Amino acid sequence: MFERVLIANRGEIAVRIGRTCRELGIATHAVYSDADQTALHVRLADGATRIGPPPVAESYLNISAILDAAVANHCDAIHPGYGLLSENPEFARACGERGITFIGPSAEHIDLMGHKNQARAEMIKLDFPVIPGTSGDLDDERLDAHAAEVGYPLLVKASRGGGGIGMAIVEDPEKLARAVKRARSTARRSFGSDELYLEKQIRSAHHVEVQVFGLPDGTVRHLGERECSVQRRHQKVIEEAPAPVATPELRMELSQRAVESMQRLGYRNAGTVECLLGDDGQYYFIEMNTRLQVEHPVTEMVTGLDLVELQLRIAAGENLDLPTDAHKPTGHAIEARIYAEDSETLMPAPGTITLFAVPSGDGIRIDTGVESGDEISPFYDPLIAKLIVWADDRAAAVQKLADALDTLELRGIRSNVDFLRRIVAAPEFRDGLYDTDFIDQFMH
Amino acid sequence: MEEIKAPMAGTVLEILVAVGDSVAQEDELLILESMKMEIPVEAPAAGTVVSIAATEGDPVQEDDLLMTLE
Repeated sequence: MFERVLIANRGEIAVRIGRTCRELGIATHAVYSDADQTALHVRLADGATRIGPPPVAESYLNISAILDAAVANHCDAIHPGYGLLSENPEFARACGERGITFIGPSAEHIDLMGHKNQARAEMIKLDFPVIPGTSGDLDDERLDAHAAEVGYPLLVKASRGGGGIGMAIVEDPEKLARAVKRARSTARRSFGSDELYLEKQIRSAHHVEVQVFGLPDGTVRHLGERECSVQRRHQKVIEEAPAPVATPELRMELSQRAVESMQRLGYRNAGTVECLLGDDGQYYFIEMNTRLQVEHPVTEMVTGLDLVELQLRIAAGENLDLPTDAHKPTGHAIEARIYAEDSETLMPAPGTITLFAVPSGDGIRIDTGVESGDEISPFYDPLIAKLIVWADDRAAAVQKLADALDTLELRGIRSNVDFLRRIVAAPEFRDGLYDTDFIDQFMH
Repeated sequence: MEEIKAPMAGTVLEILVAVGDSVAQEDELLILESMKMEIPVEAPAAGTVVSIAATEGDPVQEDDLLMTLE
């Protein structure tokens, strides 16, 4: 096992990764920008290095500064968390060149899946159904032909994109050219590539994803599925495991297909195969995330496993000794993401937290990187905390989440806590009958 | 005279108009970035850009003046 791991991230996920390292007796080294000098993830680490000014391009995306910090502090591995450099193949490759283990899949698989167009083509080869869409970059002179191939309503997506950034829904053919132009400039700025593709929009769908782990011996295991259909701006807000929409047959088929395709690919370490389930019962591949997911705690709560520990063990070359029924969920878990954003408009609202009092009790978990007095800066993601609850069944878990949200206190900044309270109280959510259109309908 | 102010703290990513430009209602004037999200700031009504206070790449606070329209 590793002796000292550098955590190349910030906020709640850096804190969460550090916790598992400590439990395993591994020392941690943090990195921070000038905005995070006194942040929780820095205070909790065994050592820390400043890597630059607040903008991510000059700090948390600064590959050479992070690698220099790892070498200077004798770190033998780097955990990238999610976002930032976690899906950057150059970073994974550069770690190897400096003799440091990158805790994640191979640079080749990160590259393949990070290029959404290529990933779609690869999944077709691996016999996994994908959403109807275009292949290769769009030709701006032939947009109507591309759209005809896919059909309206459609989505414009960045091939190197993720996190819903630069994504646009187009219903009206007259608005396609403008949406493509806008998506290109956003994609160029955010991802360094303006390659785009069109994808058919599946309405009233369910977002269901399978957690997989590729082991050093070449076998791939799954740890069940999660449902993440409560989304705003194509980003998840509430996630749960198991998926309320999944029947036992669907659950088995989806996870088996995910395992088979990843095994054929030779995938190693943690990954998530994201799918959309249409109201006709057909499922389609959307994309694969080659890293730890934000919502991984719901899987941990129902399997009793520590997913960061599994990542570390696989990266260290251990073949996990998982029981054959490790994927079988016990009870039900739900996660609510608490964001620094206005509960009415859902727009970002940076500021300083004057009071953050969190609920506690049996089956309640809070993952956060902030405390009372901390600033939520406009430079980073608006995630303040994740509130995760577990109970014997879904109805009890929903009730526990509602109670926990009621007792949570967050003062000094605007947050989406009221919005979350309203969602959890909605009959569609209580019944587990919500789909990806739920928030839109709910807001209007 | 219509003052266009920053709806939230962030960074001015791109200014899409110049002084003297005439704009229609809902035309995008500039793009602000806050918390990893691009937020287009639109013209509340038709008019002409009289002055631009914002600079691309500069941080702004909520309610800072970005530009004025007439």
